[in-house]
Amino acid sequence: MLRLTWRNLVARKVRLVMSTLAIVLGIGFLAGVLTFSHGLGSTFDNIIEGSTSDALVRTEGEVSFQASGAGTTKLVKPAVVERLAELPEVAAADGSVDGVGAYLLGEDGKLVGGTGAPTLVFNYYDSVNVAGDPILLLESGEWPDEPGQINLDVSSAERGGYELGDEVTLLLPVGELRQTFELVGTSNFNGGGTAGATLALLETSQAQDVFLDGQDAYTTVSLTAAEGVSQTELADAAKTVLPDGFTAVTGQEVIDESDEQIGQFLDVIGYFLIAFAVIAIVVGAFIIFNTFSILVSQRVRESALLRALGASRRQVTRSVLIEAFLMALLGSTLGLLVGLGLSRGLAAVFRSQGLDIAGDVLVLTPTTIIAAYVVGISVTMVAAFVPARRAAKVPPVAALRDDLTVQEKALGRRRLVLGTIALLVGAALMGAGLVGAPGADPAWIGAGAVIWVITVAVMAPVLGRPVLVASRAVFAKLFGTTGKLAGENALRNPRRTGATASALMIGLAVVSAVGVLASSLSATNDELVDREFRSDFLVQSPSFQGFPTKVGDEMAEVDGVGTVSRMQGSVALVKQDQTFVAGVDDAFADIYELDMRRGTQQMTGDQAILSESTAGDLDADVGTTLPVAFPGGQTVDLEVVGIFEDTPITSGVTLPISVLEDAGLRRNDSTLSINVAEGADVDEVHDALDEVVEDLPIVTVQDKEGFSELIKQQVNQLLFLIYGLLALAVIIAVIGIVNTLGLSVIERTREVGLLRAVGLSRRRLRRMIMLESIAIAVLGAVLGLAVGLLIGIALRQSLSEDLTVLSLPLGSLVVFLVIAVVFGVLAAIVPAVRASRMKVLDAIATE
Amino acid sequence: MTEQPTGGAPQGVAASAHDLVKVYGTEEAEVRALDGVTVDLMKGEFTAIMGPSGSGKSTLMHCLAALDTPTSGEAVVDGTSLGKLKDKALTNLRRDRIGFVFQAFNLVPTLTAKENILLPLDLAGKKADQGWFDQVIDAVGLRPRLGHRPSEMSGGQQQRVACARALVSRPSIVFADEPTGNLDSTSSAEVLGFLRRSVDEFGQTVVMVTHDPVAASYSDRVLFLADGKVVDELRRPDRDAILERMGALSDAAARKAG
Repeated sequence: MLRLTWRNLVARKVRLVMSTLAIVLGIGFLAGVLTFSHGLGSTFDNIIEGSTSDALVRTEGEVSFQASGAGTTKLVKPAVVERLAELPEVAAADGSVDGVGAYLLGEDGKLVGGTGAPTLVFNYYDSVNVAGDPILLLESGEWPDEPGQINLDVSSAERGGYELGDEVTLLLPVGELRQTFELVGTSNFNGGGTAGATLALLETSQAQDVFLDGQDAYTTVSLTAAEGVSQTELADAAKTVLPDGFTAVTGQEVIDESDEQIGQFLDVIGYFLIAFAVIAIVVGAFIIFNTFSILVSQRVRESALLRALGASRRQVTRSVLIEAFLMALLGSTLGLLVGLGLSRGLAAVFRSQGLDIAGDVLVLTPTTIIAAYVVGISVTMVAAFVPARRAAKVPPVAALRDDLTVQEKALGRRRLVLGTIALLVGAALMGAGLVGAPGADPAWIGAGAVIWVITVAVMAPVLGRPVLVASRAVFAKLFGTTGKLAGENALRNPRRTGATASALMIGLAVVSAVGVLASSLSATNDELVDREFRSDFLVQSPSFQGFPTKVGDEMAEVDGVGTVSRMQGSVALVKQDQTFVAGVDDAFADIYELDMRRGTQQMTGDQAILSESTAGDLDADVGTTLPVAFPGGQTVDLEVVGIFEDTPITSGVTLPISVLEDAGLRRNDSTLSINVAEGADVDEVHDALDEVVEDLPIVTVQDKEGFSELIKQQVNQLLFLIYGLLALAVIIAVIGIVNTLGLSVIERTREVGLLRAVGLSRRRLRRMIMLESIAIAVLGAVLGLAVGLLIGIALRQSLSEDLTVLSLPLGSLVVFLVIAVVFGVLAAIVPAVRASRMKVLDAIATE
Repeated sequence: MTEQPTGGAPQGVAASAHDLVKVYGTEEAEVRALDGVTVDLMKGEFTAIMGPSGSGKSTLMHCLAALDTPTSGEAVVDGTSLGKLKDKALTNLRRDRIGFVFQAFNLVPTLTAKENILLPLDLAGKKADQGWFDQVIDAVGLRPRLGHRPSEMSGGQQQRVACARALVSRPSIVFADEPTGNLDSTSSAEVLGFLRRSVDEFGQTVVMVTHDPVAASYSDRVLFLADGKVVDELRRPDRDAILERMGALSDAAARKAG
């Protein structure tokens, strides 16, 4: 039997390739995603572990690796560093000046690395990481040892177009906005690349000049343990000599904190990508199932002969399953290689977005390899099991019958009933989500959606009939006999047509559901912008990072500017919860009139206003006193004076800007809201404001339309990324159509011969196959779009707090339908050409 | 087709082969399926082509019916030489001037009997002559079955549908390849009787390949092929005469082999 299985595989090379392709792509996607996620993780792990010293002295309340709007201004004095260095547990204590909010400009004056990854500016000092290796490695030139010198990481220097000796421009958050330095060398983190971040090293006094207004002090201190001293002992010893408001943490703690912060972000990317891999594999499973069904039905006579010769049912089943196993093995192996390539492709996409992943961490790990084989083999075997059983059920007498066409049974009534029940269960789950069952609403709806998609996929032969009958009518009208034949062909084997279309359906269901959400998001944003954008202009950086207060100062001087309101942000601990707080000035109330539920919007001194939901979370109300701990250790008791309705205008905790200043936080504006003076020309003011930030590519001045457009772009960017990933599922589905058509053509060889004999020209034969393909594609698209639309609407409903407007992307849906038709045509090319090349006589003679 | 055929005497050549040679394979595996066949098939005649397996009878028919291309020599159908025609012209020729009845798998399973019968006309974009259609349908006795699909009909009925299809476009010549090969004797008699009547009553030209002497006995003329050559011919054959010639042919083959 084994030999027969092998011969079967070899004898049907083309079919083998086509069916294996589905496995290869599905597994390729999975392996690619796993490899990429792993590479992403190790990139950050390498950087974190390679750049963390044994222990770190920092201000209390600070957490590593978090983006904060404004850093602390509480500093470590050199005397403290000296005291630390004298401790017997300490081998070395290096004062560090960490500068945030700086940007590197390239030679062309544009931002290096865009606004995605941060620019880290440090003073250079010779320090070692937890593994005892130097944190930084010099790649060329030398370290900066004089003011005015700079050392950049290799990739940023390259991206900026800088050579050693060039003048490098930095945009700085405090003091002089633009400063130039001489590039004296390039370096890298010991852990490899910088993941797209820009690393700039300055000489210590220069760094203190730039970031600390020239104070001889440091923001943190890196400690290296003496021989035989553990991290904990080191940190404990350091604590004994630290002044109030400072603490020492072990390197491990820093690594754990960083991992946690980054892990959340990496997990999101990981889950997101895995979701698409699952879609790809489910689609692939449909194709594999279908391919095996067709292969088996074509081998009816062979199976019957085997049975007649004494093979048991089990042997026939096993023969098919072994064939599936070998295909899965081959497909998974190739899939792993495809995955490796795909992960590089993904890395390139992310690199273009400023997240740099080195090629050498994109390797196949044992986990990935095992996962690929386990998933590939089990999915293939499961998909092949039903057809294998069907093969075994062929009665031996079928071998003797001349009539080989096995009419596949129509769907049993039982399946119809079960399908209907499943659809109802899915609807009930969605309903439960909509009326607010316990737990996350979208989870209920998601579960219902999965049931719907699978049920519709299984019931496609029944549900799709009206679509196929309609296509037959349209085809017959447009293309006469050829069209009618094509329509009949699509209808003759509903199960096969349905299963093929299902693969496409799944992809398009997700596409249209996502489309509904994206379109609703855009519409909601439009409405929100319309409602909440109350100033004439907003000045922000696209990445919502802070920018120097100088910008606001200059803008206030521009002719025609009436009111300028600043907002500054910071992370703070409010009742032990990390919360983003917004500091606003007095002008804020002139521009924005918040919808006050209780109390007043007017704040003076140590007061705060809360959004309704934040007030609920914090169990606070007007009159409550909230202790807010700022980075640097200062805790301020704020009196709540007002509760406002939730709004995207400001944070849940909003307080006077003076509170941030008093807490010793470095001032850095996050948003400026500007109103023009009465009678001023809005366009002229816009131009003048643009001029202020001409040299500051990180900051943009936007009016309502511009802002709306920007948000739309961001939504679209995400949408295109999702569509790009879903494209793979659609490609697998198209391969499924190619497969089904190709196998159908082989199966109908004699019929094709007959049609050719009685006068069907090659061209019309090709057209007939193409129309059948279009019918399948349209069926998949229509079912997918319909299901996706319903799911999208339900999901939107459950998210109606955030997505207040429902918008159906009807234009896009029509485009998807057209694309499906185009894919249908493309899928038919190979089978159609193959069919038209068949010699009439050979076709007739084929048994 | 300007005058209503009245049947009866041969009126000229419907198709002819001139020194047809068909070689399959190359070198040592070379098989000469046709080895210089020259023959005229007359209009309004029912011709049977007989011969042992491998004699080249099917190949001759395929070459004459524009289904296969000869290695050398010329095949002419209804005055048109096939050698110079491209695929498209051959397709049109088959559609408009030739009718086919195959041994099995004659019908498109997705179409009803009526749709199958009208398929060549539909493909040509022509309307059926209703009177002629009715005549053919009544002759094959299929009127109650017109709306049925092939899977709902017996083998004999299917072959009669195929015959009706071959006739309805009024081709110059109908080729039948073992049309009764899969049928029981009753059904065979029906199909053959119909082919006979189409010649007698409608003046149709029919060429049939068969190895069944009973089937051949319905014809006006029997051509015997052996080893790719026409070796004998009978006019107005009866079953015994055919059996005798076939016997002689296989004896000759046996002697050659022995």
